[in-house]
Amino acid sequence: MSTETPPADLQREGSDSTTEKVLARDKKRYGDALFNGISVSSALMIFVILAAVATFLTSQAIPAVTREPDHTGLQGVEAAGGFWQWVLPLAFGTVWSAVLAMAMAVPISIGIALYLSHYAPRRVARTFGYIIDLLAAIPSVVFGLWGVMVLAPALDPFYRWLNDNLSWIYFFNAWVPYGDGGDLRPNLAAGGQNMLTAALVLALMVVPIITALAREVFLQTPRLHEEASLALGATRWEMIRQTVLPFGTPGVISASMLGLGRALGETMAVAMILPGKVLISFKLITFDNPNTIAAYIAQNFPEAEGMGNHQLIAAGLVLFIITLAVNMVARAIINSRREFSGAN
Amino acid sequence: MKLRAVAALGLTAALALTACGGDATEEATNAETTAAAEETSAAADESSAAAEETAAGSDLSGELAGMGSSAMRVAQDAWTAAFMAENPGVTVSYAAEGSGAGREGIQNGSVQFAGSDRAFRVDENQAGAFASCAADSHVLNLPVYISPIAVIFNLEGVESLNMDAATVAGVFKGDIAKWNDPAIAALNEGVELPDEFITIVHRADDSGTTENFTDYLSQAAPEVWDAEADGMWPYEGGQPAPQTDGVKNAVASGQGTIGYVDASAADGVGIVSIGSEGNFFAPEPEAAAAAVEASPMVEGTPENDLALELDRQSTEGYPISLVAYAIACQNYEDQATADLVKGYLTFISSEAGQSLAAEQAGSAALSAGLRDQVAASIESINA
Repeated sequence: MSTETPPADLQREGSDSTTEKVLARDKKRYGDALFNGISVSSALMIFVILAAVATFLTSQAIPAVTREPDHTGLQGVEAAGGFWQWVLPLAFGTVWSAVLAMAMAVPISIGIALYLSHYAPRRVARTFGYIIDLLAAIPSVVFGLWGVMVLAPALDPFYRWLNDNLSWIYFFNAWVPYGDGGDLRPNLAAGGQNMLTAALVLALMVVPIITALAREVFLQTPRLHEEASLALGATRWEMIRQTVLPFGTPGVISASMLGLGRALGETMAVAMILPGKVLISFKLITFDNPNTIAAYIAQNFPEAEGMGNHQLIAAGLVLFIITLAVNMVARAIINSRREFSGAN
Repeated sequence: MKLRAVAALGLTAALALTACGGDATEEATNAETTAAAEETSAAADESSAAAEETAAGSDLSGELAGMGSSAMRVAQDAWTAAFMAENPGVTVSYAAEGSGAGREGIQNGSVQFAGSDRAFRVDENQAGAFASCAADSHVLNLPVYISPIAVIFNLEGVESLNMDAATVAGVFKGDIAKWNDPAIAALNEGVELPDEFITIVHRADDSGTTENFTDYLSQAAPEVWDAEADGMWPYEGGQPAPQTDGVKNAVASGQGTIGYVDASAADGVGIVSIGSEGNFFAPEPEAAAAAVEASPMVEGTPENDLALELDRQSTEGYPISLVAYAIACQNYEDQATADLVKGYLTFISSEAGQSLAAEQAGSAALSAGLRDQVAASIESINA
C-alpha cells in the first residue's frame, strides 16, 4: 500500500528523496535478511532439539535393553520379569487412558466448537471462548488435585452403583474371586480413584485445546458453501453436515492429535489420580489399573539409581516413539483427506 | 518515553516487593528459630542431666553434615535448627535423601553421621569399612527416632477396632473380605460391624513404612502372612497409593477402606488397636516406646552399638513402629568432629530433643531407660 503513494515529504524534496528511498530500501533488505536468518534458525532449532532429545533418550536407554539388570534396577522391572514385559503394560496404559480421554473429549469438543461457530449469538460465543481458553490455562497439578480430592470422591457412589447394577458390562465389572472357596469380592477403587476418573480429567484437559482449534477451522468454512446448502433447503444441521464438517475434518483431526499428544504425555494429573500397576486391563472402575509411562516415570524417578534410571529413560523413549507414531499417522490421514474433502 | 517510565515504575515496585518479601520471610524464620530455641531451653531446664550436656555444648564450633532417612526429615530439621540456635558457632545440616544414601555417605566419607531406618548389620559393621571414621573404627547404631505406624480405616459409625496380628494379616492379605467377618467380630464385641467389603490401600512406592509393617506381619502372624518383610508391597491385591498422603487420602475418601500410615498422619479416620485378647494398644507414643524398649538388642554387635531386634509380638506395648537410627562412628579422625557429633547426638536423644521431635514430627519420645542407654553409648564416642 505504502509503495504506491510515497509520503508527502519525499515528493516535496525531489532528488534527495530518491537516495533516501534507496537507503531505506537497503535498510529494509538488511532487516529482511536478519529476520529470514532468525526464522530459519528457529525452524532448524526444532530439529536440533528433537535430535538432541532423541540422542539422549537412545544413548541412555540402550543399557536397559542390552545389559542384564543389576541390583540397582527397578523393582517393577524385576517383578514383571523383564524390560519388555514391564514396558508393554505401561505403554498399553498410556494409550488406553489417552484413547478413553479422546473418546470422551472429541465429540464434546466438536459440539462446543459448532455451538460457538454456528449456533451461539456472537457475544455469548466470545465470552464462552474466553472461558474455554481459561480452562486451557489451568495447570495440570491443579487438575490432578481437583480430580483426586473432589471429582473422584463425588463419582464414587456412581461407580458403586455401576458395579452393583451394570457389572454384566465387562468394563464396569469389578468382581474378583478371592480365597479358596471361589467367592467374589469387588476390587472397586477406593474413593473413585480409577481409570475412568483419570480419563475423565484427561478429557477435561484436552477439551479446550481441541475446541479452540476446531472452532477456528469451522469458522473458515467458505460462506458460499454454507449459503448454497441453505439455499437448497437444508436445515442448519444439514448445512453443517454437508459443508462445515467435511471442510473441517482435517482440522478437527489435527486438533485431536494435538489433544492426544497432551493426553499421552500428561503426567501429574494421572500420577495423582490413578493407582497404577504394571498390568494390562480394560476394566474401568477397579484399583487394578495399568499405569501410564509418564506417571510411572514421575513416581519412580526420585528414588531410582543406576540401572533404574536407564530403565525409566528407556520407557520415556517408548513414549517418545508412541507420540511420534501417532503424529505421523495423523499427518497421513490429514494429507489423504485433503484431496477429497471438497475444501479448497 | 511513557512506556519506559511505566517499565521503570514497575521494576521499582517489583524490587520493593521482593525486598519486603525477603524481610518478611527472614523475620518469620528468625521468629520460628527463636521460638524453637526458647522451647528447647525451657524443656531443657526441666530435665537435669540433658540440660547440662546441651549447655556445655555451647562452646562447640564447626560444621557437621548428616544424610539419610527421609522418615526423620521433619525431626532432623527441628533438631538442627534448635541445636544451631543453642550453639551459634555450629552448622549442622541433614540431607534427607533416603536411608540407603545415608549409609553410603558414612561409608564413603561424605558425611559425619547418617540417619537410617535400618541399622548396619553385624556383617556390614566391620572396623575400617567407614571412610568417615578413624581407620580401625566401626559405627554405632543409635535408635533416636520412634515413629508408630497406625492401621487406619474408614467405616461409617466405627471409630476404633481391636485386631490381633493374625486378623490384620488376614485382612491385608485379602483372606478376610468383609468387615463383619467372624474373626473381626470376635475381637470387637458390642461394635456394630456392617456387611461391607474391605478395600485394602497400600503404599505404591518403596518405603520404610511398608517394610516395617510387613516385617510386623511376617513375624507376628507367619502362619497367615507368607511373604517376607519388604519395602514394596508383596501381594497383588489392594489399591496402591503414592506416599503417606496418598494412602491417607484414599482411605479417608473411600468406604470400607483400610490402610497403614505413619501415626502422625492418622487423624480423622478410624484407628485399629493392636494386641491380643484383652491387651490391645492404640498407636500412642508411650505404647510404641514401651514396645521398643522391651525389644532385645541384636546379638553379636560391637560394644555400645544399640541396634534393636524389634519385638513384633510384644505384649508390653504397640508393636508396629518404625525405628530410625542415628549412625555415628565409634572413633573419629579428630577430636573436634567427635565432640561435635557427641554434642549433636546428645541433644537429639535428650528429653528436650525427643519432645521437640514429638511435637514437630509426631514421633514417640524414647523411654527413659533407652534414653540412658543411648546417652551412655554417645559418651563413648571419641577420636
